[in-house]
Amino acid sequence: MSHGVAGELRERIDRLYRSESRRVLATLIRLLGDFDLAEEALQDAFMAAMEQWPRDGMPANPRAWLISTGRFKSIDRLRRRARFDTMLGELAARLDDRAAPDPAEQDDDILEDDRLRLIFTCCHPALSPDAQVAMTLREVCGLTMEEIARAFLTSPPTVAQRIVRAKAKIRAARIPYEVPPRGELTDRLETVLHVAYLVFTEGYAPASGDSVVRSDLADEAIRLGRLLVELLPEPEALGLLALMLLQDSRRAARTSADGDLILLADQDRSCWNRERIAEGTALLERAISSGQLGPNVLQAAIAAAHAEAPTAQATDWDRIVGLYDLLARADPSPVIELNRAVAVSMRDGPSSGLALIDAILERGLLDAYHLAHAARADLLRRLGRTADARAAYQRALELTRQEPERRFIEQRLNELARGPGGG
Amino acid sequence: MKYLCLVYADEAQLAVMPQSEIDALIDETVANNQELQASGHLLLAQALEHVEAAMTVRVRNGRLSATDGPFAESNEQLGGFVFIEARDLNEAVQIAGRIPSARIGSIEVRPVIDLLRERSAR
Repeated sequence: MSHGVAGELRERIDRLYRSESRRVLATLIRLLGDFDLAEEALQDAFMAAMEQWPRDGMPANPRAWLISTGRFKSIDRLRRRARFDTMLGELAARLDDRAAPDPAEQDDDILEDDRLRLIFTCCHPALSPDAQVAMTLREVCGLTMEEIARAFLTSPPTVAQRIVRAKAKIRAARIPYEVPPRGELTDRLETVLHVAYLVFTEGYAPASGDSVVRSDLADEAIRLGRLLVELLPEPEALGLLALMLLQDSRRAARTSADGDLILLADQDRSCWNRERIAEGTALLERAISSGQLGPNVLQAAIAAAHAEAPTAQATDWDRIVGLYDLLARADPSPVIELNRAVAVSMRDGPSSGLALIDAILERGLLDAYHLAHAARADLLRRLGRTADARAAYQRALELTRQEPERRFIEQRLNELARGPGGG
Repeated sequence: MKYLCLVYADEAQLAVMPQSEIDALIDETVANNQELQASGHLLLAQALEHVEAAMTVRVRNGRLSATDGPFAESNEQLGGFVFIEARDLNEAVQIAGRIPSARIGSIEVRPVIDLLRERSAR
């Protein structure tokens, strides 16, 4: 065999690893009943492929080949270790026993369900939110510990520890590897979607750090959202994917060349990604036609209202306020009230919005939230109340942990310093 | 697999509950335990006396100390437990969710280790 052909096969195996390894892993976890065993088995299976395929040719169904090879390698491994530990021998025998019909040849539905089982297990509510995110990125998305650590500005050992603890908990508490029954599905899906959105916001608007967008994570979250929609096309899953696509469509317009934040009203709308907007809008329509207007669907509808406006002035603020009214009922939270107040200020003028924001702050709800003070400052600036605006920007500046936001607020403060009423 | 469901509640809150509500809670709890018994999930369920009746025992450097307490910082105290057999954590959580006191307090679900089995696995 020439080097060219061998190299080509190697590349095909690499590609296969990228496209199939998570599916194969998901099924191996079900068959072997253990995350660590399954990961070893996955590596063994690909090693065997590198060894055997150049000699024997690629099998007709590579995925099925990898699953059964991984499973047998794992049973062999347990048998070898069983010489020192009788319990592993029993386990190997039990796994082998289940073999009667080749599990890799099971129909696609069961294999697709394995991917959902993996997602629901990684996002099990018994795991901490940090652990859910780390497990999902590692096991479902296939990111390395180093990649996850870099994305969340933490160290690889911290991520590794989170994952080891999560797996220990799955084993010790016996968290089942299953798709929740219908009755629990809505609540459990909410946790999964929340994890996906956490990954997205960390990519799109990191809580800390010196860049506005960490696009790898936003892409990863969208990939996860697509997978969820493919496996479980529930309205809220459609809504979340639509929301992420619509927000992400503004990625290129959100920062200036030197990394500064550009507000929605000031963005160059010709830089918005039309493909993403079209895809997001179509998903949104699909979700709305179900008749269930959950929080994700409503958030996506608001993002779509912005995406449809040819200019900031042409934004349909009346519709946006209406959507926020529905959202405040579906998912009551002070942050949503704040966003609604900003929309009201755009529809009815700054003083109406300011009254609403002051009422929220008086209830002591968002006092530590930098964006509440930044929004308040902006309205005060528009009303020409420069001294009050400066104090509010100052408060926002104390609270923000993100470098581009800090620069943005400082710039506003400088503008105010240059001339009262100049905004 | 065995799980211990620890029932926590605010004793001060229970102290001011009308007797009729307490009676209803007890009836519900007894009924729930009977159901769990019938379905084969229940190993043992007991309610506990107030924490004022409790003592804390320690042995340090070979000396026994027995003190009044616990003096919990938290506002919820251990008020009882339900020891169950469940297929997995999800089933245990479903069962814990049906414990009537979950509506006023909280239930901590703890998987139980089989110590003998742990030792033989080493």
